[in-house]
Amino acid sequence: MYRYDEIDARIVRERVEQFRDQTRRFLAGELSEDEFRPLRLMNGLYIQRLAPMLRVAIPYGHLSSRQMRKLAEIARKYDKGYGHFTTRQNLQYNWPALESVPDILAELADVEMHAIQTSGNCVRNTTTDAFAGVAADEIIDPRPYCEIIRQWSTLHPEFAFLPRKFKIAVSGSEQDRAATWVHDIGLHVVRNEAGEVGFKVIVGGGLGRTPMIGEVIRDFLPTAHLLTYLDAVLRVYNRYGRRDNKYKARIKILVKAMTREGFAAKVEEEWSHLKDGPATLRCADVAHYASFFTDPAYEALEANPAEFTARLAEDVAFARWVERNTRLHKQAGYRSVVLSLKKTGVPPGDATAAQMDAVADWADRFGFGEIRVSHEQNLILPDVRERDLYDLWQLAKDAGFATPNVGFLTDIICCPGGDFCSLANAKSIPVAEAIQQRFDDFDYLHDIGDLELNMSGCMNACGHHHIGHIGILGVDKNGEEWYQVTLGGSQGSGATIGKVIGPSFARAQMPDVIEKILSVYVDSRHADEKFLDTVRRIGLDPFKERVYAKHH
Amino acid sequence: MQNIIKDGAVLTADAWQLVRPDAEGQLSVPDEGDVIVPLAAWLAEPERWAARDGRVAVWLASDDEPAELADSLSRLELVAVDFPAFTDGRGYSIGRLLRERYGYRGELRAVGDVWQDHLHYLWQVGFDAFEIKDGKAVESALAALATFSERYQATFREPQPLFKRRST
Repeated sequence: MYRYDEIDARIVRERVEQFRDQTRRFLAGELSEDEFRPLRLMNGLYIQRLAPMLRVAIPYGHLSSRQMRKLAEIARKYDKGYGHFTTRQNLQYNWPALESVPDILAELADVEMHAIQTSGNCVRNTTTDAFAGVAADEIIDPRPYCEIIRQWSTLHPEFAFLPRKFKIAVSGSEQDRAATWVHDIGLHVVRNEAGEVGFKVIVGGGLGRTPMIGEVIRDFLPTAHLLTYLDAVLRVYNRYGRRDNKYKARIKILVKAMTREGFAAKVEEEWSHLKDGPATLRCADVAHYASFFTDPAYEALEANPAEFTARLAEDVAFARWVERNTRLHKQAGYRSVVLSLKKTGVPPGDATAAQMDAVADWADRFGFGEIRVSHEQNLILPDVRERDLYDLWQLAKDAGFATPNVGFLTDIICCPGGDFCSLANAKSIPVAEAIQQRFDDFDYLHDIGDLELNMSGCMNACGHHHIGHIGILGVDKNGEEWYQVTLGGSQGSGATIGKVIGPSFARAQMPDVIEKILSVYVDSRHADEKFLDTVRRIGLDPFKERVYAKHH
Repeated sequence: MQNIIKDGAVLTADAWQLVRPDAEGQLSVPDEGDVIVPLAAWLAEPERWAARDGRVAVWLASDDEPAELADSLSRLELVAVDFPAFTDGRGYSIGRLLRERYGYRGELRAVGDVWQDHLHYLWQVGFDAFEIKDGKAVESALAALATFSERYQATFREPQPLFKRRST
């Protein structure tokens, strides 16, 4: 993991003191609400429906056990004993007092953490594959580049006041697990004909009010030019992105207005002045950051040791958990374990302080003290010996962490919705819970197989509903909560935006609607055909007919 | 005139008058004294400004194109950039372009919605003078220039990014 040096620590401390002074001036009436709002947002602080909400950055989803224990401690001390892991791989506290936020930030700084740029019209937390460094199909480890981008984007003096928020994702593997096609900038690693590694640069993707798949503006960017090229893209956006209408201010609108070719040409022109400048990465620079992400001291182990395979054979529940909630590892004898935060009855992504402490303990006992947060809002222990899986599973079960539903219908991606968020049009958590309760039969879930259900409480799309195989969007109709359903969205390399099936539904109808959609799939699927593939093959009409069929 | 910070100190006197168009778009420039005129006026009437007794400087709006001023920069001792709202960040790019691409070395003044919390960034991208908005404290703004003692990026003030200074 990356470790701060004296300078990193000093910058974060200075930011804490700056924010402490900004908060003091706001409380003293020296800053108006309109003046304080952008300043506090740039430090992750929202004023929400019930209380302030503080969003803590978890850079590219990486946490040490020490950091996780600190998050638990803050949850106990300043909040109501829990936190919410988000689709941006961050953590949100829903109940801190405004006055105590500077102290929380100071405690975070003690463990090399912060809330810098977790909101506001600036470059947000860079995200990547939660399995970075351990995935079998990795071309390069994206994490050194994520850290280089984190530092470049942190308090960038030119880009502190962009037209709108700006999100960057990096994928270092063939299969894109970082949703690079739906980010303001997606960087997807590629090899050119000479075998050199670089990035395909995708710009202007995004969800929200106007969902779009991004456009490739450069097929191959040598890694050395990463920062100068980012500077060029951001400068074009900062200067020419719309500022008159916040709904048309994202870079995707600019790319569309200029056309892909026009935007790419403008970036190239800007870049021609910056290319080979001082921010060009030398091998030694990349090596410095890569040195923080070397492999831990793996033991030389056999894959599938006897004590592991014996447990698999004798315990069906364990085998089911291993099948759904573990991932193959590049190192023989190890697996990555996904701890599901999608237990029925618990808001998706929520974790209690006790659970955070437990995960930290397991990371130390079974792994190398590392934890990942996935953008699907689960926690991951990246390096667990296969022979330890049975012990870990039993502990995880007791802690409510072993629901064997990863990748299933009930592994719902879900925003906090109208229960907490002042932007939401509708609640999302009760809908998720009603669906989880209806489909709690694991044999049925297993039969349905891989299915991503994503839900957002408003069109800001924090729950990524557009790229869910099934997407649910909360909408407001004359002050009532309604839910619109989309089908056929997907993340990954062939990312697609789901299509709306028709008029929206009342909350109570939602489990029935999902059940009807699934029944069409079960009736129509070919052998071993996954839900998404069936939707793509047969189109929306059969689903519409069943869902909107007249009764009586 | 004690709301201008220049080169790290509060100015006790400043002769410049910034001229903005009125509601009808008309520009009335005083006959006497030193004035800062809009870019469009500067480009439209070069003879008028050359013939004037007092000094003339130029200010850029946030949607102005700094390249249009490139040929004039060696003749200007002051260029101002307007920040119509502190959340409008276009002026930061304009500042860098004037300094880094067009080589401007005179006074670069930030005007408009400019106060304490932006001075550090403005300084980094090349501004060296700041007209602090009415009602905002000037002394604390001055102190805010030193908010951060380090930065990661290559900037006008620190052309070598931190990563390069780290791994030599």
